[in-house]
Amino acid sequence: MQYMIMNYVPAASLEGSESVPPHADMEAWGAYTTAMIDAGVMRGGNALKPSFTATTVRLRDGRRDVHDGPYADSKEELGGYYIIDVPDLNAALQWAARNPAASTGAVEVRPVM
Amino acid sequence: MTAAAAYSSADLEARQAYGRLVAFLAARSGDLAAAEDALGDALLAALERWPADGVPSNPAAWLLTVARRRAIDGTRKHLRAEAAQAELVRMHDEAEAAMSEERPFPDDRLGLMLACAHPAVDPAARTPLMLQAVLGLSAERMASAFLTSPAAMTKRLVRAKAKLAASGVPFTIPGREALAERMKPLLEAVYAAFTLAQDDEGDPALRHEALWLGRLLVELAPDEPEAAGLLSLMLFVIARPATAAGAEFVPLSRQDPRGWNEELMHEAEALLRSAGELGQPGRYQLEAAVQAVHSARRSSGFTDWTAVLTLYHRLLQVAPTVGAQVAFAAALAQSGDPTEALAALDVLDPPRIAAYQPYWATRAFVLAALDRRTEAGNAYMRASGLTEDGAVRAWLLAQRAALAN
Repeated sequence: MQYMIMNYVPAASLEGSESVPPHADMEAWGAYTTAMIDAGVMRGGNALKPSFTATTVRLRDGRRDVHDGPYADSKEELGGYYIIDVPDLNAALQWAARNPAASTGAVEVRPVM
Repeated sequence: MTAAAAYSSADLEARQAYGRLVAFLAARSGDLAAAEDALGDALLAALERWPADGVPSNPAAWLLTVARRRAIDGTRKHLRAEAAQAELVRMHDEAEAAMSEERPFPDDRLGLMLACAHPAVDPAARTPLMLQAVLGLSAERMASAFLTSPAAMTKRLVRAKAKLAASGVPFTIPGREALAERMKPLLEAVYAAFTLAQDDEGDPALRHEALWLGRLLVELAPDEPEAAGLLSLMLFVIARPATAAGAEFVPLSRQDPRGWNEELMHEAEALLRSAGELGQPGRYQLEAAVQAVHSARRSSGFTDWTAVLTLYHRLLQVAPTVGAQVAFAAALAQSGDPTEALAALDVLDPPRIAAYQPYWATRAFVLAALDRRTEAGNAYMRASGLTEDGAVRAWLLAQRAALAN
């Protein structure tokens, strides 16, 4: 069964500072991704640029409403996602617990339709 | 983190009395769910009031009175049928009668724990079922520790209780020979709670509860050497925290024995000795003995690897778990035989170790000892991707970085 693992990380603090995460952080993400590939569960995924780079679009009464920034402002932002294929939710939760974002932000797990 | 810090004394008294009453009622009705239902609100009331008001002189009587009042006044929404109410009142009467006699209230908790870990119960349900029945832990509390959703945990518990009632699992203590056999899944269930979180950082998960159950088992089944062996093993492990709160991870071989908890180690050693005198070795006594050898370093200054390897050989004969096989390989490597260690790791079944963190950490260590640096680096990478513990992750990545130099 496929699950999407969403990495909610602490929101990047300053606009304009398209900050590169510290080296140790990148290594942790690299290790996590490698472990999923090696275990044969990884089906896809991407890292996203910080949410201040986002642009949000709505259509209301036929009028376009475009604004800078993410859909919702919050302390944590979606930093990336993985698609994994595992037998059940418990296995997916186990991978979520290993996600580096679990200790700094939050990890959301959802079945793919 | 010490075992004593797990609960306040009021909390502990409440859970002690709760477990005894649940055991008493379940043993007589065969219906664990009804027993918990009868006492759940009373436990919550006790947990709320005793810390402030003090523990009543007869905790069980207090719980029973509250439970009975709530059962009778019918304010409890989830108590559906009148028949069930009548049954509750009858059970309370019986429990009250047992208590009013001039002897201590009977302790049926061993029978209750044996029932929870009965082979008829789904293995995945045994540990949470026992924690709930004996300690009154909620499904929500346990879902986090077991890394499952609260809804799934609730369902698992409900199903297990229905199974217990439907298949007529007895809540009694079998005779001596049968007891040793029935103790096996029970000890496994207690140990499972202990090993849920191997790290000492943050939420220690259910370690304290497991330790508490381990102590209870030794008290209730003093002639079972494996119960003492399990408690000894758990005490050895918590006596040597690998990570002080917020600090860096330090592997066992680099730990300074002066930081170990002497008192807990003494207790563990005494337990293991008295278990050994019963002359029935087993899995937990052997695992505790391995820990005892490691702990002896605090006085001898070195680790007797020959003794460790001998113990692992015997352990693998009685309990060839993946964990024991990996630990054996690690001991081989540390005793100076990385070639044998690698051979021991290579024979393990690939699907079972694909996401098993200790395997990859050990493999990395072994490959580094063989100076196969690239492979060692890859294994460290994989191990660090499989850990939940930030301190362990940082340590593994540092080991990998050190290989490049």
